[in-house]
Amino acid sequence: MKRTIPLIIASVTGFVLVGTFFIPYTRDWGDEVLEWFNILAAIAFILGGGNLMKLSLQKISYKRPGWGYAAVTIIAFIATLVIGLGKFGVAPVKEYPTYSLAGPYDEQGSGFWWIFEYVYYPLAATMFSLLAFFIASAAFRAFRAKNVEATILLSTAFIVLLGRTYAGVFLTSWLPDDNVLRLDNMTEWIMNNMNTAGMRAITIGIALGIMSTSLKVLLGVDRSYIGTDDG
Amino acid sequence: MKQSTLIWIVIVVLSGGFLAWRTAQTGMGRAYVEAETVIAESGETWTIEKTADAKNARSFNPTTESEAIVKLSWPRTIGVWCAAALTIAIFSFLWGDNPFYKLAEAIFVGVSAAYAMVVGFWTMIVNKLFLHLFPQFVVDNILPNLKGADGSYPDVKYLYLVPLVLGVMLLMRLAPQGGWISRWPLAFFIGATAGLRLVHYFQADFVSQIQATIIPLVVLTEQTTMENVSASIRNITLVVGVMTSLVYFFFSWEHVGVVHRISRVGIWVLMITFGASFGYTVMGRVALLAQRLEFLFDDWLWIIDPASRRLIGG
Repeated sequence: MKRTIPLIIASVTGFVLVGTFFIPYTRDWGDEVLEWFNILAAIAFILGGGNLMKLSLQKISYKRPGWGYAAVTIIAFIATLVIGLGKFGVAPVKEYPTYSLAGPYDEQGSGFWWIFEYVYYPLAATMFSLLAFFIASAAFRAFRAKNVEATILLSTAFIVLLGRTYAGVFLTSWLPDDNVLRLDNMTEWIMNNMNTAGMRAITIGIALGIMSTSLKVLLGVDRSYIGTDDG
Repeated sequence: MKQSTLIWIVIVVLSGGFLAWRTAQTGMGRAYVEAETVIAESGETWTIEKTADAKNARSFNPTTESEAIVKLSWPRTIGVWCAAALTIAIFSFLWGDNPFYKLAEAIFVGVSAAYAMVVGFWTMIVNKLFLHLFPQFVVDNILPNLKGADGSYPDVKYLYLVPLVLGVMLLMRLAPQGGWISRWPLAFFIGATAGLRLVHYFQADFVSQIQATIIPLVVLTEQTTMENVSASIRNITLVVGVMTSLVYFFFSWEHVGVVHRISRVGIWVLMITFGASFGYTVMGRVALLAQRLEFLFDDWLWIIDPASRRLIGG
């Protein structure tokens, strides 16, 4: 029961959804199930939050190294949750002034908006922008024109990088506007033609991979998602 | 005292001094809002605040028709300083792992988990699940605009009990006993994903990509000869690029002889793709970095003013 029923649920759900695609009358079922899927995903975020709380509290109670940061995580988590769920600072809607919860939760000026604008976004954007340094550093150490393939990769990256900067465009600005040797034109040509061709082949490969993986799951060949323990 | 500690103390004191001097000189880091009074039909009034440019605070005129007032906003000013501190804390990782970075990282983990939960709660759980199961409660408290003109409520959809039950089963994962029950909603998740993706990827990524590659190799239109040649070269490059790359991915034949030579061209095409993707990604990250630096130098330090939002400062 612990392992067979999940297999049946996955198989039936998947094949029904595939089947609905071929029967016009049942095409709406897919949209409905997609909505259920999104609801479950939202509930899964609650599970994720609960799990984060559980792990952080364990870290604090056992005084493991870095437990102070776990406490900060919990405070940030609870504060954001309370402010967001309570719609703190959300102004009423003009048409329905007596409904205190009617305004959008992310309205400009609300507490949740403040957290997004001044905490979440700066942290997320800066975290990702750090990658610019790490990519550059990794590229400097790893990129060597040892053979034809590496040279092609290196030259293309160099052209695209230069072609997307003012300096790169300035370097070949003395050439006529429609000349293919201008760095900006070369970049555009590479992105629109060579890159499209390579990406198309990769996309076809990915699609084939996803289709075969999906079939393996639906036919019960791949059962890794059920796990191995009995818990 | 260690030399590195001394260096840090000097850096912190100099930075603090610079910030204090600049704040006193220019009022940097301040955020201004335009306060607008809203009058409801029932006569109730309240104010809403929208971001405004600092320069408008100087042309404050209480007799304006819109009754809009530009004033300093303390919550948003604190927000700007908070965002600047967090940005610098994250950047400090470039120097090495340190307590400031770890603190910012801990805040990020907590805030992002709660952020996803709040967004999911209001957009999916309330607006979709609760609305379909308890329409009267939701309409009376949260979504009054969904009430019909005759005072009617949306119909109850009992089918939505399925995601509710599955959701509760999913949360059993956190329970000390009976965690295996969460496999059922997980199986639904996996099955639905597999079913939907199977068809979607077949249509959008497999069939349509092949369809887009079946194009004329020799273009003959009413345009000029040069344009026709250019379009033909473009199409040939695309078709040859896709075909040779696919040959490289095809492992049912041994890559020797002709197949080896074709797949080698495929590798070159893929190398160009990877190079272009690398360059594109790097530029994306650099743009993000430029955005953060612009925030620090424009919104916080007021050293630059590209959008002419202030009369004072830079």
